[in-house]
Amino acid sequence: MTQQTDPHRPATLSVRVWRGSGEGAYAVYDVPRRPSQTVLDVVTHIQRQIDPTLAYRYACRVGMCGSCAMTVNGRARWTCRTHVEAVAADDALTIGPLAHLPVIRDLVTDMREFFDKWARAKGAFVPAATHALTSSPSPMSAAGPSQGANCTPSGGSPAARAASVGAHTAGRGEKKSGAPAPRIAMDDFVRIDPASKARRAADAAIECIGCGICYASCDVVAWNRAYLGPAALNRAWTLHNDPRDGARTERLAAIAGDAGCHACHTHQSCTERCPKKLAPTASIAGLKRAVAQALVSGELA
Amino acid sequence: MTRARAQSLLWLAQRASAAVLAACVGVHLATMIIAVRGGLTAAEILSRTRGSVAWAAFYGVFVRAVAIHAPIGIRTVVAEMRGGHHRVVDGIALVFGVVLAVLGTRAIVAVTGT
Repeated sequence: MTQQTDPHRPATLSVRVWRGSGEGAYAVYDVPRRPSQTVLDVVTHIQRQIDPTLAYRYACRVGMCGSCAMTVNGRARWTCRTHVEAVAADDALTIGPLAHLPVIRDLVTDMREFFDKWARAKGAFVPAATHALTSSPSPMSAAGPSQGANCTPSGGSPAARAASVGAHTAGRGEKKSGAPAPRIAMDDFVRIDPASKARRAADAAIECIGCGICYASCDVVAWNRAYLGPAALNRAWTLHNDPRDGARTERLAAIAGDAGCHACHTHQSCTERCPKKLAPTASIAGLKRAVAQALVSGELA
Repeated sequence: MTRARAQSLLWLAQRASAAVLAACVGVHLATMIIAVRGGLTAAEILSRTRGSVAWAAFYGVFVRAVAIHAPIGIRTVVAEMRGGHHRVVDGIALVFGVVLAVLGTRAIVAVTGT
């Protein structure tokens, strides 16, 4: 690789790194500059060459896992995809842990609060009950409504699927003896038009990597500790637009109110700083509209 | 009524009252600009407003919208400054709303009453 050198650029970076947990201080390190150097490279250099006790978190190094987010020069960023060139205007970096989260040590924050709020916002997919089966009775329909996802051809729970396979086998056996073979009714895939409004809304918000940058950048999170935050609400919005999901009303109840979407002041810091270029502000606005519609229709009791 | 529904209704009420206020403030500003052309004296204003059912109705709507909109916003501001929502915050907002409604109604009566 040809190293591009700028004769006016210092050979080293002056890097201030937060050391400690809740109480601590910034320590200063000199790190050699390299071409195409990322902030994560800088932190890794400090940990491997200068001070092995430095704690920080990373995994994929290519902007997929969302684990390396830190505060760089006062702004939350994904460090693996942030080039030093772009942020160290005066050849200095100040690197700290993400804001609004408890610091475990050095640059490592405790993300439990962040992900607990995803759970409180009902950020898990809840399969809708399978559609009513209209064909001839089968062990699946006889066993009552399936609890499985209707996005799968066979629908039902593993037990129900096993029962259907067993019945199918039995059916073939009966056919040999002359009895009619029972039809195994199978719930079809949900067909979702890629151009539909709901699908496009979900698409626009689906690529969240859970890095916590939006959460650390949100003023409302600082003012209202119960606030679910942009990422959790963004996740709720994707599920709200998923026709396969069966918990829309419960989710709207979970994300409505003072700790939910209505706490958002539309500052748009989350949208400005999301490294995946998502717009949680737009997702939250969508949730506000959905809650208003649920209020008017009486769906939200 | 669940807390989520109650808080969502407050949000909806604030948005609806904001829409009413947008129209009311427009009319109010236009009226002021037009009214001062002939000289802005108390006597002149009262001569137009005294006994006017239309102005009483208009400002009645205006005051009600203010009394709904502002306390809900104050409730959020106070809650964020205090660090959480409590009955005290709701009480402060309620009192603030009642004060706005009483003072506003008193002003309407004074200006449009005969």
